Amino acid sequence: MITFDAVRKQYPDGTVAVDDLDLQVEEGDVVVLVGPSGCGKTTTMRMVNRMIEPTGGTITVDGTDIMSTDPVKLRRDIGYVIQQIGLFPHRTTAENIATVPELVGWDRSRIRERVAELIDTVGLPDGVADRYPHQLSGGQRQRVGVARALATDPPVMLMDEPFGAVDPIVRGRLQDEFLRLQAEVHKTIVFVTHDIDEAIKMGDRIAILSEGGVLQQYETPASILAHPANAFVEDFLGEERGLKRLSLIPVKEVTADRGPVVTVGTNATDAREVARSQGADWVVIVGDDDTLRGWSWTDELADPVDGDAAKPFVTQVEAQDSLRTALDALVSSWTGVAVRVSGGDRYEGLLTRELLTAELHDDARARL
Amino acid sequence: MNWEHVLPWLAGQEYPNTGVPGVPTLLYEHLLYVVVPLVLALAIAIPVGLWVGHIGKGGTLAINIANGGRAIPSLGIIIIAFIAFSAGFIPVYITLTAMAIPPILTNTYVGVREVDPEIRDAAAGMGLSGWEILRGVEIPMAMPVIMAGVRTSAVQVVATATLAAYIGLGGLGRPIFTGLAIGPQFNPDAKTLLVVACILVAILAVLTEQLLGLAERAIVPTGLMRKHEQERRGSPPPGAAAADTAQRSSEQSAVSA
Ligand SMILES: Nc1ncnc2c1ncn2[C@@H]1O[C@H](COP(=O)(O)OP(=O)(O)OP(=O)(O)O)[C@@H](O)[C@H]1O
Ligand SMILES: [Mg+2]
Repeated sequence: MITFDAVRKQYPDGTVAVDDLDLQVEEGDVVVLVGPSGCGKTTTMRMVNRMIEPTGGTITVDGTDIMSTDPVKLRRDIGYVIQQIGLFPHRTTAENIATVPELVGWDRSRIRERVAELIDTVGLPDGVADRYPHQLSGGQRQRVGVARALATDPPVMLMDEPFGAVDPIVRGRLQDEFLRLQAEVHKTIVFVTHDIDEAIKMGDRIAILSEGGVLQQYETPASILAHPANAFVEDFLGEERGLKRLSLIPVKEVTADRGPVVTVGTNATDAREVARSQGADWVVIVGDDDTLRGWSWTDELADPVDGDAAKPFVTQVEAQDSLRTALDALVSSWTGVAVRVSGGDRYEGLLTRELLTAELHDDARARL
Repeated sequence: MNWEHVLPWLAGQEYPNTGVPGVPTLLYEHLLYVVVPLVLALAIAIPVGLWVGHIGKGGTLAINIANGGRAIPSLGIIIIAFIAFSAGFIPVYITLTAMAIPPILTNTYVGVREVDPEIRDAAAGMGLSGWEILRGVEIPMAMPVIMAGVRTSAVQVVATATLAAYIGLGGLGRPIFTGLAIGPQFNPDAKTLLVVACILVAILAVLTEQLLGLAERAIVPTGLMRKHEQERRGSPPPGAAAADTAQRSSEQSAVSA
């Protein structure tokens, strides 16, 4: 856990980069510092490992005041990733990753094992271990930077715009991999970005700072989107706040309508009755164990109901997809209905525009 | 020109009627005048260059002091040092060391300063101490530039060591000054001594360059080789300084003509 208590940083030239900052980063959380350029994000982050010394207040890491720890020792227990990565050009991928383990005196076989494990963990291909940084792609270099920071398994990580230097497609992939990795390793992470979408995607909590390092709001992405604390935050969140919020909610949080479902082998009369009772002129056809087979108009039904003749659904969403994805699917579907499945083909129910609109309404109410 | 004595002279015999010892002896003396100052210069310039480069302060001052020494003509220093310390090797060593220091010092300083601040930042942020950053990051990364400085110094010292003969010492300068004293325009032996000695100095300079190039390949980290190849292409052609001295010698002979 990292605690900022009334922390202030005034540079020698008089610039106040951070002012009276109180912040608590819970263990295992990703806290994203976000805000316009020059608002003190980097300064805040770099004070944690004493790359910048605070001029006021106290910062503690796991209860210990950082000012009472030797900076070199402090930094060895905190992973550090910067936008420019700073790989050592004269050292191979493996040697770069091995930097801190070597410093703290691990034996060779342990280092070798750890390097191999990390290369795998961050999704680098095997062949890169003996390559030099100039022989790697930008995305690969970024992964090496993350692997190097993870080498001795530090409980705390500091990341300053770690994916800022790669193109949007690679960035998206690195973000996904990072989230997958974080779900396994549960580090306490301070993550700096100026991109609100990245903040929403990566953060368990977001700290929005304004010029002069003033904390404007510190909450989960969902509550910040639902209840921006003030005009500054609202402005910073920008357009499409409702859509951004939908992107945080997984489809499974919205109750799906079971809809007119019939099992293969039901006789046609019963099937028509199911449809009529729900006011529909069509049915969903499932096999045993709710395996989705497709759909059919009631007047085209075979007797008994046959799975092979069913038409496939065009719009299908997975339970863990976001509501934003679901909305996109619904907008492009002429029926206004998307089928919700889990594990690729297990029928869970129907998602309708009405259900999503209800969700959007909540958001709209929150804006008032 | 008189070629008949050249081969025996190269093989080790004294050049007849001139008192110039055989080439192997001269070569040995010459190498001594090169190696000792070069080692002294390395021992002084590298630590100083690394230190000012690492702390990032006082670099300009150190380079200016070193270059100030370079502004005084080598012949001037050697004569002043000769007057101050009288005969012996000391004046030669002082002069050549003073000449070898600036390129090594400047390049060491610049090489360390040129290390990308982001790389230094990443190293410090990971918990490398100042000393560990110097040893593990700054020195290896500066190595190509440091070696370029060493090569420049070495070639200059090889050429300038000929001046030792001016104060009565040996080395490959001996046949040059003897030849000049006799007068190459009248005496074919004098001309032979001069021309052959100049060629030998040039060859020695080129060989020194090549040898250091090999050493460099062994010392410079593999990951930096590509960058360092570019720098090599940018550096002055090998043996440039030696050619310069040879040219100066022939100018002198033209003057005495
Ligand atoms: N060494 C320094 N000396 C003086 N002022 C500084 C120094 N470093 C940063 N500042 C100032 O402190 C303020 C905060 O800088 P900081 O680098 O923390 O911003 P940031 O939020 O990370 O910005 P960006 O998104 O552009 O990276 C800025 O006004 C900056 O100019
Ligand atoms: Mg920044």
